[in-house]
Amino acid sequence: MTDVAIVGIGMHEFGRHEGVSGMEQGAIAVRRACSDAGVAWNDIEFAYGGSYAAGSPDTMVSMLGLTGLQFINVANGCATGGSALSSAYNAIKSGAYELGMAIGFDKHPRGAFSPSGPAGEGRDWYGGSGMALTTQFFGMKINHYMETHGITNRSLAKVAAKAFRNGSKNPMAWRRKPLSEDEILQAQMLSYPLTQYMFCNPGEGGVALVMCKADVAHKYSKNPIFLRASVVRSRRFGSFEVTAPSLAIEHNGGPTIDASKAAFELAGVGPADIDVAQLQDTESGAEVMHMAENGFCEHGEQEAMLANGDTEIDGRLPVNTDGGCLANGEPIGASGLRQVYENVLQLRGDAGERQVPNDPKVAYTHVYGAPGISGVTILTR
Amino acid sequence: MGQAVSINDNILLLTDDGPRLKGAVCNDCGTHVFPAASGCSKCTGSSMSEAVLGTEGALWAWTVQGFPPKAPPYLGETDPAKFQPYGVGYVTLEGELKVEARLTEADSKVLKSGMAMRLTTVPIAQDEDGNDIHTFAFEPV
Repeated sequence: MTDVAIVGIGMHEFGRHEGVSGMEQGAIAVRRACSDAGVAWNDIEFAYGGSYAAGSPDTMVSMLGLTGLQFINVANGCATGGSALSSAYNAIKSGAYELGMAIGFDKHPRGAFSPSGPAGEGRDWYGGSGMALTTQFFGMKINHYMETHGITNRSLAKVAAKAFRNGSKNPMAWRRKPLSEDEILQAQMLSYPLTQYMFCNPGEGGVALVMCKADVAHKYSKNPIFLRASVVRSRRFGSFEVTAPSLAIEHNGGPTIDASKAAFELAGVGPADIDVAQLQDTESGAEVMHMAENGFCEHGEQEAMLANGDTEIDGRLPVNTDGGCLANGEPIGASGLRQVYENVLQLRGDAGERQVPNDPKVAYTHVYGAPGISGVTILTR
Repeated sequence: MGQAVSINDNILLLTDDGPRLKGAVCNDCGTHVFPAASGCSKCTGSSMSEAVLGTEGALWAWTVQGFPPKAPPYLGETDPAKFQPYGVGYVTLEGELKVEARLTEADSKVLKSGMAMRLTTVPIAQDEDGNDIHTFAFEPV
């Protein structure tokens, strides 16, 4: 089994881009990643690509060049990017290929993701009744968590304020205007206890990563970053997930706990070794809960950690240094890859104004998506 | 007022004794599911029987829907000027499952996990024949 390195990264700015298709944004990201790695599209042996709403990723070869490479499409809801990366990781790790890419892009219509319910006979009772909204799940999950573990609304606002503050230092981010905690708390209540500014929005953007066998990494990059783990897990019986008309009485912690444990085991490191983390923040409560689900604290400790500024760029465990989903929006195909892109910048020391101090060496990403999928990566220099 | 009809007879029965939710139970391990499914998500078995679920339980998790959902699929009021926020939550039906439902209460100061709830229905729209389409909801006891 061979190790895997990331030797090139490319991104198309996240946000809204009139007149630029999602796939063009993906192609721009691919060209930037190839240029970063000093390779040509011709050199790429395989690609895994993900997009939810911007076309079939493999058709982007007509923009990039018809080289005959193996190009496989991946779709896993909001965890699509993480799944593309995991597939590419395993393709190299197996020894089948030396050089390939994970690609993600998207372009969603404005507004919340369209609800969809379970298929069945007769009238759509689930969506028809006004359930089946992803925003409701996020509201219920964090509300239950707050009642159980003593997290306050103020902490939710702190997470969102940090996201926009970090986003203001990221030229690739969509929302770059800092907002105060009070502005966030006083915004329209969308799904109690979450206000408008505590939710991310579907958006646009693209990310591509060039990956290779670790033992040839220095051929492509003077500062390769090593992918020590890339794991995807689906839900088990008893977990609490998005758009579920019913849940089991018994409770399971969910796929994030499983993916996180497996990734730490694979990488041979623990939560205390992580210098910077990008955690799924579909809304600000998700970041709070995912801090504990990924093993970085006990349930309830987040309240004190946020008050101490532990997750700020200069804190003990910087979280979502690029502004996360809240400041970048969520183009589903690209979102998980954005997190890895940010960690590569941080580990290279190239994150500019938002660079984590003290020379970070180990970085962590976590992406979560419907209907209960989590993807985790661990990167080292 | 038109006649009350169920939003979907496969999941909600309007009986003389009040509304009932229709799910299924696994013949192998006794796990309940809602809506009915052909397989068991716990033991992976595929022998399921129809089951009418309990009508009372405790609120487990809740939120308040603060903006009009998109239509379709939503059948209720979508005009922002007329829209009234409504509660949504999971209610634990002891020995069966937690069911997601609308709540008749929408005040975040009143709703609290653990509060006792009872199954009822709310009218949500009218069908082409002028009947009132009812969906299921839980109300505080």
